[in-house]
Amino acid sequence: MSIRIDKSKCTGCGACTRVCPGNLLQIKEGNEGRKCSIRCSQDCWGCCSCLKECRFQALQFFLGADIGGRGAIMTFRKTRGLNEWEVTLPSGERKIVDIDPGSANKY
Amino acid sequence: MMNLKTEYITADLLIVGGGTAGCYAARVLSLLNPDIGVVIAEKANVKRSGCLAAGVNALNAYITEGHTPEDYVVYAADDAGGIVRGDLLLSIARELNGVTSDLESLGLVILRDENGKYVSRGWRNIKINGENIKPLLASAAARPNVRIFNNVNITDLLWTDSPDGEGRPIRKIRGAAGFDVLSEKAYVFRARAVLIATGGAAGLYRPNNPGFSRHKMWYPPFNTGAGYAMGIRAGAEMTTFEMRFIALRCKDTIAPTGTIAQGVGARQVNSRHEIYEHKYGLRTSERLWGTVTEKSLGNGPCYLQTRGIDKTAEEDLLRAYLNMAPSQTLKWLENGMGPSEENVEIEGTEPYIVGGHTASGYWTDTERRTTIAGLYAAGDVAGGAPQKYVTGALAEAKIVAETINGDLAFPGDAECSSESEDRALAERTAGIIDTYRRHLSDATAVFSAGEIEEAMQKVMDQYAGGISSGYQYSLAGLRVARERIAGLVPLAENLRASSMYELLQIYEVKERLTVCQALLAHLEARRETRWHSFQENADYPERNDEFRKYVNSRYENGEFHIIFRPLIDAGERYEHQN
Repeated sequence: MSIRIDKSKCTGCGACTRVCPGNLLQIKEGNEGRKCSIRCSQDCWGCCSCLKECRFQALQFFLGADIGGRGAIMTFRKTRGLNEWEVTLPSGERKIVDIDPGSANKY
Repeated sequence: MMNLKTEYITADLLIVGGGTAGCYAARVLSLLNPDIGVVIAEKANVKRSGCLAAGVNALNAYITEGHTPEDYVVYAADDAGGIVRGDLLLSIARELNGVTSDLESLGLVILRDENGKYVSRGWRNIKINGENIKPLLASAAARPNVRIFNNVNITDLLWTDSPDGEGRPIRKIRGAAGFDVLSEKAYVFRARAVLIATGGAAGLYRPNNPGFSRHKMWYPPFNTGAGYAMGIRAGAEMTTFEMRFIALRCKDTIAPTGTIAQGVGARQVNSRHEIYEHKYGLRTSERLWGTVTEKSLGNGPCYLQTRGIDKTAEEDLLRAYLNMAPSQTLKWLENGMGPSEENVEIEGTEPYIVGGHTASGYWTDTERRTTIAGLYAAGDVAGGAPQKYVTGALAEAKIVAETINGDLAFPGDAECSSESEDRALAERTAGIIDTYRRHLSDATAVFSAGEIEEAMQKVMDQYAGGISSGYQYSLAGLRVARERIAGLVPLAENLRASSMYELLQIYEVKERLTVCQALLAHLEARRETRWHSFQENADYPERNDEFRKYVNSRYENGEFHIIFRPLIDAGERYEHQN
């Protein structure tokens, strides 16, 4: 479990780098310009704080194969006042879960 | 070779760690006294640092109608086999509902019923939307007299030793030293008081997923026990490290089980479809021990019985997990099979040291002063008061802020009282920064920090009651562990960093090694089995009431000295004795 960075969407703004509780994200100059990168994929805790900062859905959360990951990715965006989590399966199928931040959990 | 600059900062109070307790202590102190100068040093960024980064699903320490703070003390003491500080627990329990109201005023969403009352999940839990709880606490700490230094990692406390009236040396905390994780800068903070509010210690033992997902663990892998380690090295007394915390979690994702167990009432079942939890008991350690035992009897895997819950409940669970542990929801969606169709497999994690759940941490007086003058503790590093959870950490932060406000009420500054103290402090500070420079030098090193961490985790796993030994340990095994961990200490001192981030990694493994050494001394001292799994001493497999006392330790002259202390009840007020 870790994150991948979609370099085509990353603008190199650095918002994500400021919130990682492990200081794992950094903006680096590369072939595609200034982009976010993760120092070490294995060091990610999976808290998804970075996803919530990215306004471009450039950060993709995934589960490692060692914990049952099957190649799906999850992204996050705020839309119409909701927290929208989108899962894209390897088949291309998408599943969306919306959460109203103003509503409490039922459990 | 890097050019390390040093920046000097002075404040009335330095708070080490901008997590739950640190942020809230800053808020409370600022409200009590807007003229007091507070600095928070946080190794990441207060917005999402610490164990609340992903959010939290419920407030698990709240006194619901018909119950009293005393009930909470009875519950926590029973869960912990009696080894708790009654005075500390009661003081926390009395503040739980007040800090909850304050959290709500800060913007936390708490579920209310049609009569406007909080909706509970059991007699001491209430339902919330806690996804944004850490940003709310971070905002609450951002007050005019609070300076926040993000990305600054504190490594060492600064102190002076001066004789008291009778010629005995009294150690006084004078501040702390650290470095910027992202730029080539050392920091020296001079303060009249230091509050340790770091997290507990994860990453001591080999984790459940030792490969790619090695950091998919219960507690933040970035909580390395720094607060414990700096206090141990300064000679502060610690308590009950042997009461390790081992969480019962969803397999692989290591996501919480309470939401399912309490939320939809799912029972623990083995692979033969037998509900086993009542055979072993429902205390925190017993739920885990039952699962470990069932597996060892050949009845595993073990599950939470969720199959058959309705689709609405399933959708609510998907949302609840996104608000605190998104990997579990991803797993359900990715597998195409949710908890209504498939039971959720459970497993125990590797052991952690964390005073928010068990009683491990600094030994304090009733007002949260540690045994060193000018040093205070709250939250996961403070010992004696298990089952704190979020609101307990906030309660403790409020209590310690009130104590510090009183202690700092007399005039004073961060300066030393004599030239000799000044000189000693300057020498100690220079020594710490020299150590940073030594690690940052171009010399080649044989090992990396990651390799030392792996070696440490393997030793702890195999000889000190990790997952691979069913959490049991023997005194013979502990001796091997002590020797091997001691052997890793000089290797860690010789590690080399080519960046400030690598310097952070070196300090993290050094902190963990110090915490491991303390833990081994405590495990050896408790010659009984007080808690199954948490402290399962194979040489003394029964509970022995002679050990109805605290195991405390103090590190002096390179050795851990064990101190047994009698239990303190809820009605007592405890002061440190010389």
